Amino acid sequence: MNVQTTRAEVIERLTHSGQRGVLRFLTCGSVDDGKSTLIGRLLYDSKLLFEDQINVLEKDSRKHGTTGDEIDFALLLDGLEAEREQGITIDVAYRFFATEKRKFVVADTPGHEQYTRNMATGASTADAAVMMIDARKGVLVQTLRHTYIARMMGIRHIVLAVNKMDLADHSRGRFHEIVAEYLKSADDLGFETITPIPMSARYGDNVTRRSEAMAWYDGPTLIEYLEDLDIDTEIQNEPFRMPVQWVNRPNLNFRGYSGTIVSGTIRPGDAIVVAHSGVGANVDRIVSADGDLEQAVAGDAVTLVLNHEIDVSRGDVLAAADARPEVTDQFAAEVLWMSGEDLLPGRSYLLKIGTATTPATVSALKHRIDVNTYEKKPSRKLEMNGIGMCNVSTARPIAFDPYQSIRDMGAFILVDRFSNQTVGAGMIEFGLRRASNIHQHAMDVTKDARSVIKGQKPAILWFTGLSGAGKSTVANAVERKLAAAGHHTYSLDGDNIRHGLNRDLGFTDVDRVENIRRIGEVGRLFVDAGLLVTCSFISPFRSERQMVRELVEDGEFIEVFVDAPIEVCIQRDPKGLYKKAQAGEIKNFTGFDSPYERPENAEIHIDTTTVSAEEAADQVIAKLREMGRLG
Amino acid sequence: MRRGKLPGVGGLDTDSTGDDMGGIAQTVRSYAERFRSTQAGTRERPLSAHLKTLEAESMHIMREVAAEFSNPVMLYSIGKDSAVMLHLALKAFYPSRPPFPLQHVDSTFKFRDMIAFRDAIAKELGLEVRVEINEEGRAKGINPFDHGSQVHTQIMKTEALRNAMTRHGYDAAFGGARRDEEKSRAKERIFSFRDSNHSWDPKNQRPELWRNYNTKIRKGESIRVFPLSNWTELDIWQYILEEDIPIVPLYFAARRPVVERDGQLIMVDDERLPLKNGETPELKMVRFRTLGCYPLTGAIESSAQSLEEIVLEMLTARTSERSGRLIDHDEAGSMEKKKREGYF
Repeated sequence: MNVQTTRAEVIERLTHSGQRGVLRFLTCGSVDDGKSTLIGRLLYDSKLLFEDQINVLEKDSRKHGTTGDEIDFALLLDGLEAEREQGITIDVAYRFFATEKRKFVVADTPGHEQYTRNMATGASTADAAVMMIDARKGVLVQTLRHTYIARMMGIRHIVLAVNKMDLADHSRGRFHEIVAEYLKSADDLGFETITPIPMSARYGDNVTRRSEAMAWYDGPTLIEYLEDLDIDTEIQNEPFRMPVQWVNRPNLNFRGYSGTIVSGTIRPGDAIVVAHSGVGANVDRIVSADGDLEQAVAGDAVTLVLNHEIDVSRGDVLAAADARPEVTDQFAAEVLWMSGEDLLPGRSYLLKIGTATTPATVSALKHRIDVNTYEKKPSRKLEMNGIGMCNVSTARPIAFDPYQSIRDMGAFILVDRFSNQTVGAGMIEFGLRRASNIHQHAMDVTKDARSVIKGQKPAILWFTGLSGAGKSTVANAVERKLAAAGHHTYSLDGDNIRHGLNRDLGFTDVDRVENIRRIGEVGRLFVDAGLLVTCSFISPFRSERQMVRELVEDGEFIEVFVDAPIEVCIQRDPKGLYKKAQAGEIKNFTGFDSPYERPENAEIHIDTTTVSAEEAADQVIAKLREMGRLG
Repeated sequence: MRRGKLPGVGGLDTDSTGDDMGGIAQTVRSYAERFRSTQAGTRERPLSAHLKTLEAESMHIMREVAAEFSNPVMLYSIGKDSAVMLHLALKAFYPSRPPFPLQHVDSTFKFRDMIAFRDAIAKELGLEVRVEINEEGRAKGINPFDHGSQVHTQIMKTEALRNAMTRHGYDAAFGGARRDEEKSRAKERIFSFRDSNHSWDPKNQRPELWRNYNTKIRKGESIRVFPLSNWTELDIWQYILEEDIPIVPLYFAARRPVVERDGQLIMVDDERLPLKNGETPELKMVRFRTLGCYPLTGAIESSAQSLEEIVLEMLTARTSERSGRLIDHDEAGSMEKKKREGYF
């Protein structure tokens, strides 16, 4: 027996199912529309279930099922015990099946309204969406919501699966009625194709076999449609982009850049640039463990060697020299919020786009989108599952293309800086200014020059703590001692800020964030002027204190935690505020009905129940001296 | 009860068990040759389209981990999925070596061929393979016969793994699990967050969009990374076939001494397997579809002695993969419970 021939034959037999590659799609719709049943049916009919799985399924169907003695396909998919008992799918589950023509990855996403974020997750990697509608119920609010999310996430092909036709007398009229109603809303969203199919997932009608009961339907079955769907080769025709993941340096003679090509095509000899710097080179080799390649295309994970050494590191994007991405630090994006803690404009998050990570803030929330009616509504914050048009500003410039052109070049996630949770997902629409246009005018008198004159190194002394902890008292003592020693100082506190610069701000979370942001910017200007600035603010959130810390250089932000238990503060109550809060006259009072997040790594920690204000001030000044700020 | 006799000693003649060490070393040696130079030879036929997609996705995931974590590791279980995972790592970082060590959790009841294979991989590929054994469990004589599969797995696998994670302070660990294996796996992320107790909370998973993975953790926390998430069992075999990846000989059919228990064929791999009254090891033509602790891993009767034959047999198979592992049958939802406790 010739082994080589046999191997070739076996591969042949296997790959006719794989020759069209992989199609990823997601199913979505409302609870009980039959998504799980549909996927179970696809797995069952494509003969991907094994006998032992069918045995378990039959056993489970009797125990948990909702279909009497028949097999409940939905039970195949619910993996987590709690969900099984509730009978609701609450997370994204990925399933796999293959036909003779193609391999499929299905994302099964939830129909329950509060889990929008999971649908976005499933949609982010899908090429098509199967929108399930119960023929008896027609188009629901959730249908429109899911359609909007599919469009927002860049899905171009929709299958409108009008399911449970068996319970609607297989009525052609009903089918067309639903299709017409759906198109009324969805037609304007700009999908490339919308393909309606009447079906009955439970019995398999128009899923994998043509329905006799609906002989009036002459379009494709679902599986025929999915097998033949031409997924975009467009992405290979977009300009070349490759975010660099990893610099490959096995020895001194080899330097390659490893990454996944997210759009376009590349060949040896092609001219590329580093998007950020604009510095160019030519591709010398496309290296792989299968030998050097003559060409690589979008989706390939490769290692590029350039014809001469240029400065490239992780986070850079290699791009076609003649069609470069934009580089900016301000852009407009659609943001989907996925955290129980609201998105607050002005708060600092970590933004990850491609392989680059940078601190970022939402500088403006232009409007919220009501995904049920597609209306734009004004809003000051985004709640869980909220979608908003935002202006985003990044600490370092990023290279991007609009999301709807090249998904991977316009997609970013936002990560909370303290919980490390993924709290938002964003799709860039357009840049607001080019980073190349924002070079600051270089001044002749610099910060260094100003501080030399003053014989000190400037710093922000940031006093944080509860109301009544003694922040202003300690800060005042510090400034007095510094001034007495001939240092140049300034002091920012609620009195000179809240009554002037920030008198338009209240005490909601959104306003508190903006309050601190402005104070931070003012503090930075004073540092630039060469001063030692004391700032006394409750500043209850870690994120904002971190944001101010990052506005200035290392060593220029000194956090002083003025610590006193809330009971002590209530007892002191120098301004009578706790009394008012207790009486309900003041809302959102820190420590009371608004949280205070204790500093974790403050440079100075003062326990005001054991030291006096004078001792505390000496402690601060000693630290300043130790840090070399006093010249 | 009496202890089973070591195969080949008790008069039973076998084709392969434990005597294939020379073959294993030779196979692995020529495999390692492929990754030696910075200019690899060109492959004869292109990889199938869908495998190319899966391969690229896995390589992307591995590079993200290598770039963003300070102390990653690859959990290496010696089975076919680990073989594929290691192969992908060799390709992802080529011509560099994978920039992380391999970690094997040895329950002390692995098949002898597995250990021989593991040692050959370490030696020929020049990779660091760390081996973790729960010495406390071993001293107490924990075994699947007297303590049951649950206790054995908990102590010799789950706890040993947690010990290894803590001892070495890994902040990311690759695992070869696939979403098609078992229901609860279908919902797990590719980057799966574990708290400082190495536990998984299925209700509190990070959303995972595009190929944009959140790698941020605090000290003591870690991420389990599953680069084979979107592969199916058939994909794995087809890839092994097309890429010619060496695997432990136990996957191929050979005459091996087995006893039948609860409908499963258990191989008598060493003298520790206690034989029940009336049980006599019989030589049968068997192979394994999955490898773990030999007393907990059922063999199937098969004549498939080559990769080609295995794949052809797969195409007509009617029993799903993990049913050969006794640990999954303990109770409904059992894998989910184990994962919450830190089992991989």
